[in-house]
Amino acid sequence: MDLIGIFSLAGNALISPMTVGYILCGIGLALHFGYTGLLNFGQAAFAALGGYGFAIATLDFHWNIWGSILFGLICSMGFAAILGIPTLRLRADYLAIVTIAAAQALRFYVGSSTAEPITGGSAGVSQFGEEFYNLNPLPADLTFNLGTVTLTSSEVWMRIVAWVVVGIAVFFLYALTRSPWGRVLKGIREDEDAVRALGKNVFSYKLQALVIGGSIASLGGMIFVMSSQTNQPSNWGTNFTFITWTILLLGGAATLLGPVLGGMIFFALMTLIESALGILVDAGLLPFLQVEQVAQIRFLLVGLILMLLVIFRPQGFLGNKKEIQFNG
Amino acid sequence: MANEISIGAAAPGCKKVDPILIADKVVRQFGGLTAVSVDHVEIPRGKITALIGPNGAGKTTFFNLLTGFDKPNSGTWTFDGKNLAGVAPYKVARRGMIRTFQLTKALSLLTVIDNMRLGAQNQVGEGFFASFVRPLWKAQENQITASADTLLTRFKLDAKREDYAGSLSGGQRKLLEMARALMGKPKLVMLDEPMAGVNPALTQSLLEHIKDLKSNGTTVLFVEHDMHMVRHISDWVIVMAEGKVVAEGPPADVMKDQAVIDAYLGAHADTDLGTVEIKSIKAGI
Repeated sequence: MDLIGIFSLAGNALISPMTVGYILCGIGLALHFGYTGLLNFGQAAFAALGGYGFAIATLDFHWNIWGSILFGLICSMGFAAILGIPTLRLRADYLAIVTIAAAQALRFYVGSSTAEPITGGSAGVSQFGEEFYNLNPLPADLTFNLGTVTLTSSEVWMRIVAWVVVGIAVFFLYALTRSPWGRVLKGIREDEDAVRALGKNVFSYKLQALVIGGSIASLGGMIFVMSSQTNQPSNWGTNFTFITWTILLLGGAATLLGPVLGGMIFFALMTLIESALGILVDAGLLPFLQVEQVAQIRFLLVGLILMLLVIFRPQGFLGNKKEIQFNG
Repeated sequence: MANEISIGAAAPGCKKVDPILIADKVVRQFGGLTAVSVDHVEIPRGKITALIGPNGAGKTTFFNLLTGFDKPNSGTWTFDGKNLAGVAPYKVARRGMIRTFQLTKALSLLTVIDNMRLGAQNQVGEGFFASFVRPLWKAQENQITASADTLLTRFKLDAKREDYAGSLSGGQRKLLEMARALMGKPKLVMLDEPMAGVNPALTQSLLEHIKDLKSNGTTVLFVEHDMHMVRHISDWVIVMAEGKVVAEGPPADVMKDQAVIDAYLGAHADTDLGTVEIKSIKAGI
């Protein structure tokens, strides 16, 4: 593989629907954690509910695309309410424990034989995107060359829609967070009791934030599964949640464009490292590595880069240095 | 002893001419320890009332109970004639009873002005749907900002307007928290040790602010250890010891009260009340 090939792959990773799926989850998490201080370690479950909700509404209920999107959103909102109502009155750590456990429970449930008639069990569900791709207004023979990577008409359509959704989500949260509503959230992040003493219904605001951030993650989940038209339980493991957190912290927790930039950098970097290591192994320059190990090694290297980032730029790429300095 | 605040003589739990807050049989136990056991107390409207007592007397716990931040084992209390027992803290604040905290809660990563804006009540823009429509709340926001700026100037924090609250000194945070509480236009403001950590130059102006509150018709209830402050600005003093109200009255009278001297002002404040000889306390003053 040549240098142009490597950069073409990385360029594709920058804009791929998978990247967008993670980015949307990261944006939702920015609202949860960066603005409200909620520790949500179950973002994968919100995304999974979006993906499954959409697929099930399309395949089993035969709803149209808008109804299916709505159903996916409602599933994740309901999930947020179920998790939030008992835990948001308690200390922040309870939400963390409950979300991580609920996300795992949900993943095991959809993969189980009990749920197989609806969710397809461990094989998952597929071919639910026909209507979406039929909406594609681009000419069918259109192709787009990104270096050595060639995108088909429907792939271009998918990417356009995905990025429009990102734009809408960022704008939506921008409007929310600069308003007095957003100010209450930031107050809650700093000190719940102080905000309570000022007459704000803290529980209600935390629940609203959890529901909205979760809904954005479920849109991310829909885009994530739409590109390949397959949705399997294995997509939604804890590593999904942790990559989302990585993206958020990489870009800057209390920023909206942070997760966008963080997601693009993360996946481009992963692709670059994988390709570069692959070439080096092929050339025999890394005799201690085999080709099969490259995919694992890249996580190691990304981890190292992240550690350096957290040490030398703890606020992330777009974060405000001042916000890190006062931690008391 | 006659006075204009209480009906009849000042005594622990005495009736007031015009009470704003009336608490009855409020008990809070932590395991075997009874932290608060207030039989009856009334806070006079439009006056400055000081709540004093030695460390561990239950003053802050009593504050927490009255404002809904802690739940009592039993007891009732009314504010402005309406029951307030069991009401959530945010509703207590909305009814006009706003508190500050002993350990200051400045919202560190919000600017000083945003801290202040957050204190205002009934904000349209704090509703989820309204927050999208800027014209709905812009005018109110400007109004809130204007009154926040007025308060910041009064509290000499106007130079810090755009700074993060986390960069303020301890004393400035106290001032900010008090100013923020006033943004909610409280009927009763409850200050938990407003003077702790404030430098002497600022203390004087802070005392003036508290007196101003009274002249604007706000009732003030504060916990304080600084006797200078208690003597100079309070109209009424309530003394707590071991969870109970042990004395009440105008400051000059209370300071002379033997129970208060024993409990609080004496050189033997740490000694059990029953074992101290009165002579030695008098010698100590």
